[in-house]
Amino acid sequence: MRFFVRRTVFYAITFWAAMTINFFIPRLMPGDPVSALIAANQGKISPDAIDALKALFGLDENTTLWQQYVTYWAHLFQGDLGISFSGREPVVDILARSLPWTIGLVGIATIISFTIGTLAGVAIGWRRGTRADILLPISTFFSTVPYFWLALVVIAVFAVRLGWFPASGSYDRSMVPNLSWEFVGSVVYYGTLPALTIVVTSVSGWILGMRNMMVTVSSDDYVTVAQAKGLPERTVMLGYAARNAILPQLSSFALSLGFIVGGTLVMETVFSYQGIGYQLLKATSAKDYPLMQGCFLVITLAVLFANVIADFAYGVLDPRTRQEG
Amino acid sequence: MAAELVTTETTQVGTEQTAPTGTKRRFLWMRNTKALTGFGILAFFALIAAIGPWIAPYDPDERSSDLLQPPSWEHWMGTTHLGQDVMSQVILGTRSVLLIAFVAGFLATFIGVVVGITAGYVGGFGDEGLSALSNVFLVIPQLPLIIIIAGMLPSAGGLTVAVVIAITGWAWGARVLRAQTLSLRKRDFVEAARANGERTWRLILAEILPNLTAMIAAGFVGTVSFAVLSQITLSFIGITPTDTWNWGTVLYWAQAQLALQRGAWWWYMFPGLCIALVGISLTLINFGIDEFVNPRLRSTGLNAKTLRRRGIRPRIGFTPVVHEAKEDRA
Repeated sequence: MRFFVRRTVFYAITFWAAMTINFFIPRLMPGDPVSALIAANQGKISPDAIDALKALFGLDENTTLWQQYVTYWAHLFQGDLGISFSGREPVVDILARSLPWTIGLVGIATIISFTIGTLAGVAIGWRRGTRADILLPISTFFSTVPYFWLALVVIAVFAVRLGWFPASGSYDRSMVPNLSWEFVGSVVYYGTLPALTIVVTSVSGWILGMRNMMVTVSSDDYVTVAQAKGLPERTVMLGYAARNAILPQLSSFALSLGFIVGGTLVMETVFSYQGIGYQLLKATSAKDYPLMQGCFLVITLAVLFANVIADFAYGVLDPRTRQEG
Repeated sequence: MAAELVTTETTQVGTEQTAPTGTKRRFLWMRNTKALTGFGILAFFALIAAIGPWIAPYDPDERSSDLLQPPSWEHWMGTTHLGQDVMSQVILGTRSVLLIAFVAGFLATFIGVVVGITAGYVGGFGDEGLSALSNVFLVIPQLPLIIIIAGMLPSAGGLTVAVVIAITGWAWGARVLRAQTLSLRKRDFVEAARANGERTWRLILAEILPNLTAMIAAGFVGTVSFAVLSQITLSFIGITPTDTWNWGTVLYWAQAQLALQRGAWWWYMFPGLCIALVGISLTLINFGIDEFVNPRLRSTGLNAKTLRRRGIRPRIGFTPVVHEAKEDRA
């Protein structure tokens, strides 16, 4: 129980720190780009919105930094993230619209990649010195290229040259989003190439990590004993070695998730996939500060949340972590 | 220099052991094929970065009438929609890619070393605070943070990008170093030095730091490859100025000018392969460092053919330690 309390406190602190960083970034920036933008948008955004923006970015001369900070948190808890400059609609609405796409894409692709990578790692690590080792350099190559570049190549081959999959978008624009099989099929069809890109670039880390753990674990005594008892090879491999080797995979899951999400954000632009990353980069090039901050906020929250799940799963699976400290 | 630094790692058990002797042992790490290949590739790009302006066949901004030409003898990597030479852009872009990556790597490693060793050595509340700080930075997704900071800056030039990458990317090194410092701090040779009345800064610099060299090097290499990817990503999405050349800028223009739809594969293929080559060279160097530190990984790093040739058959219960390892213990 103590373990879970400790972790909860840690994530609460991390959440607070991320939000505080989010608060200070625009205030630490040199110059005053926000006032300039407000001036440029004068008459296009309502006075209420301007007040909210001033509060958000600390342009109100009459308040202390502490008061601004308190207001910032009050706004956060009310789910008020300001008004987007370019879209002129509440940032929260834009985020609510695009977040499911990113979470769905990254979530499904990561689960596929984790499963394939871990299984391949088990096989390669158990039977070292076979032809399967060739997978290692190949997957290492794909892990060193940026996601967005692989996305370009994938589009060039599968969309432009072969014409098997669409090059951009997240579903057939002629359809109205609903819960029919037809629409789901369209989402899957449009999502295949982006998901493929994520899987191919991220799978190497899982393979390598699992393989190295299998190598380490397979020289442990209990594996030798299991082997000596004459248990079937499969049982030793899956029930004894892989079962213990998979634990570090889970803890590295948490760390690599931020990296995967980062890569996916840029990749979304290449595919014009209407997720958070697409919004973030659009906002960045349009200098749409409220939207930028909102995107950063939800991305951080989502990664934090996934970390909490991975961490607690680890705690449930491995009793040793619960005892420590 | 590097050779000397890395060799100290072999005496991890304690500095009171006799120092390694002879040039043969000193250059042991050089015999690692992976590390050598990695250094070779990296040296090639470093050379191009240094002499780029003199060997580039054309001015990268110069327009010509050869619009969107595939690779030919005149233009080895083809031309852009304005008739600019892609190869010249790639060659001239190498310098900023490597420079920013190494500056960011140095800065991040420096922060990581200071925070990690302090946290590990001081212990108590200082440790709790510092490791909480690095854990927070580990969990917050880095690339979005970099994009937000760089996007809000009035101008995101080369050095600024390096600093931003360093500020967001030091945490991993700090965490690894803290754990190792914690375990070193209680070792006999450190206790002995402390009992001798050595001052704290000497304990840290002369007793602990040398034993962390391999880890620091590995962290540095890792940060450099992260920095390469990050800054290229920043250029690709157009946050850094699009008129200074680096590989990301080339890709930015390729994407903006619809190279994909026009079938101009050379425009994005060659810069991407350069990124991959630099990334692979850094990964190979890191594998080399890993195998140097952990002799067991030497045999696991061998491929099937070499294993057979050396008569090693991997089995359960044993990790063969290949020959070089014996000389380590000398």
